[in-house]
Amino acid sequence: MISKQMLNIESHIKIAEDTFEVVLPLPDEIELKPGQFVHIALKGHMLRRPVSVADVDKEANTFTIIFKIFGEGTLALSKYRAGESLDVILPCGSFYPIENINVNHALIVGGGIGVPPLYYLGKQLKEKGVKVTSVLGFQSGSQVFYEDKFRALGDTFVATNDGSYGHKGFVTDIIKDLNKPIDYYFSCGPTPMLQAVTKQLEKEKGYISLEERMGCGVGTCYACVIPLRENPKQSKKICKDGPVFYANEVILS
Amino acid sequence: MSLAVQLPGLELKNPVMPASGCFGFGKEYSQFYDLDKLGAIIVKAATGEARYGNPTPRVAETESGMLNAIGLQNPGVETIVKEELPFLRPFHTPVIANVAGSTVEEYVYVAKTLNKSDDISALELNISCPNVKEGGVQFGTDPELAKEVTYKVKEASDYPVYVKLSPNVSNITAMAKAVADAGADGLSMINTLTGMQINLKQRKPIIANQTGGLSGPAIKPIAIRMIYEVKQALDIPIIGMGGIMTAEDVLEFLLAGANAVAVGTANFQNPLACPEIIQQLPETLKKYGFRSVEEAIGKGHEG
Repeated sequence: MISKQMLNIESHIKIAEDTFEVVLPLPDEIELKPGQFVHIALKGHMLRRPVSVADVDKEANTFTIIFKIFGEGTLALSKYRAGESLDVILPCGSFYPIENINVNHALIVGGGIGVPPLYYLGKQLKEKGVKVTSVLGFQSGSQVFYEDKFRALGDTFVATNDGSYGHKGFVTDIIKDLNKPIDYYFSCGPTPMLQAVTKQLEKEKGYISLEERMGCGVGTCYACVIPLRENPKQSKKICKDGPVFYANEVILS
Repeated sequence: MSLAVQLPGLELKNPVMPASGCFGFGKEYSQFYDLDKLGAIIVKAATGEARYGNPTPRVAETESGMLNAIGLQNPGVETIVKEELPFLRPFHTPVIANVAGSTVEEYVYVAKTLNKSDDISALELNISCPNVKEGGVQFGTDPELAKEVTYKVKEASDYPVYVKLSPNVSNITAMAKAVADAGADGLSMINTLTGMQINLKQRKPIIANQTGGLSGPAIKPIAIRMIYEVKQALDIPIIGMGGIMTAEDVLEFLLAGANAVAVGTANFQNPLACPEIIQQLPETLKKYGFRSVEEAIGKGHEG
């Protein structure tokens, strides 16, 4: 059940250039699934900021979010410290439906700040006995994070746009040379990357997760809609019907 | 302490209701609290046919407010009557339906369709949406058009009609008088102010529609001024709105002359905004020397 909670920050650390990892307590009776996000209120800001769930630690009863400074809101969020409390709405949105699909080998494709939700997803896939191959793209080496954590899940390849770390180029360059049969792919990242990945993997089954400027974050305001392929005049709400969609369900633009 | 307020067609247990477009049709926020706590609910705008709205981005945060250009996205009045309004039936909270359109005929069609529904108690006539190309705001900025559409909708509906005024005019009292002359049962004011925000890096407006409606605390002084002016000129019930975040804000609207208030943008920041404001209202009224909501209405005009 969705609710608004005040959560005390357990840790707040910088893990890469402009990129922060925040650990928060997981409230009782709240279940967070891979792909879902939390909607965070910030002092002095009218609108909340959606941040995806990067991990859940069921033993410690905590969850992790990762964000990158993009504007005023994420800058404000970067200045919070452990011990301070955050006003959070959770859980928000849809999740990767891994309980309902038959998958033996999953390809994970993440770009930049689209990488975090895929870590929690990959971890759950591995726990289910699924073979996981991860392809991660970043702008440059200074922005790479969680590479070791992904390596613990399976084969992991890193690309950077400027070539300062890993393969020079895009995630699609790596996918092209993979030559491994996959059942499903799961992707999250900037729209141009998602466009390229969904086109390249058009014949594969896959799920993507999206981001957009949101208003309410719970489905009332119709700010964050995405048009549907079967009828471009119709749309779904990213905050409530998404952020996870079947890869060929929506029009990315 | 009595928070009750009587308005044409509306017996309100308290004067606080969510504003149209900020509450959908109630389902989402009913997950956060019991909608019985609300004075009333103004649901999202209905048009004759389904509308798909504007391209995204549709919202942008501003200093003390936000811009939106949703574009009246809604499934059309028939679907709203059949599939959305029945959800609110079990609650003991009056529902106000918001009527939008591009032509007088469309407004009338929407009002007639809503007239068949037993799930509502009043209409809010939206002649002030700034975010659609046709209709909406031109009815809200030309007193003659406003008068005509109000008259025709009054004729088509058995429900009381509250006309939602646009602040994007130089003479708000003239607009208020025009719709009052046409038979409006009340006013709802104010809608959003047209604004724009430009992204410095991209060198273009953030909102795809370029302009959007500004809401939130940034517009509250304008709402207060306009309600105050209209209250001085006319004796007509007013549902006040524009940047209400706290019970103190509610009292300020009451003093200006509002009989009830709607809370919009605050719902996005805090889904519990309405019930929290309602809970704090008795203490706030008491603090400023009032024994009821009714007692405070218009009291900013004496002295």
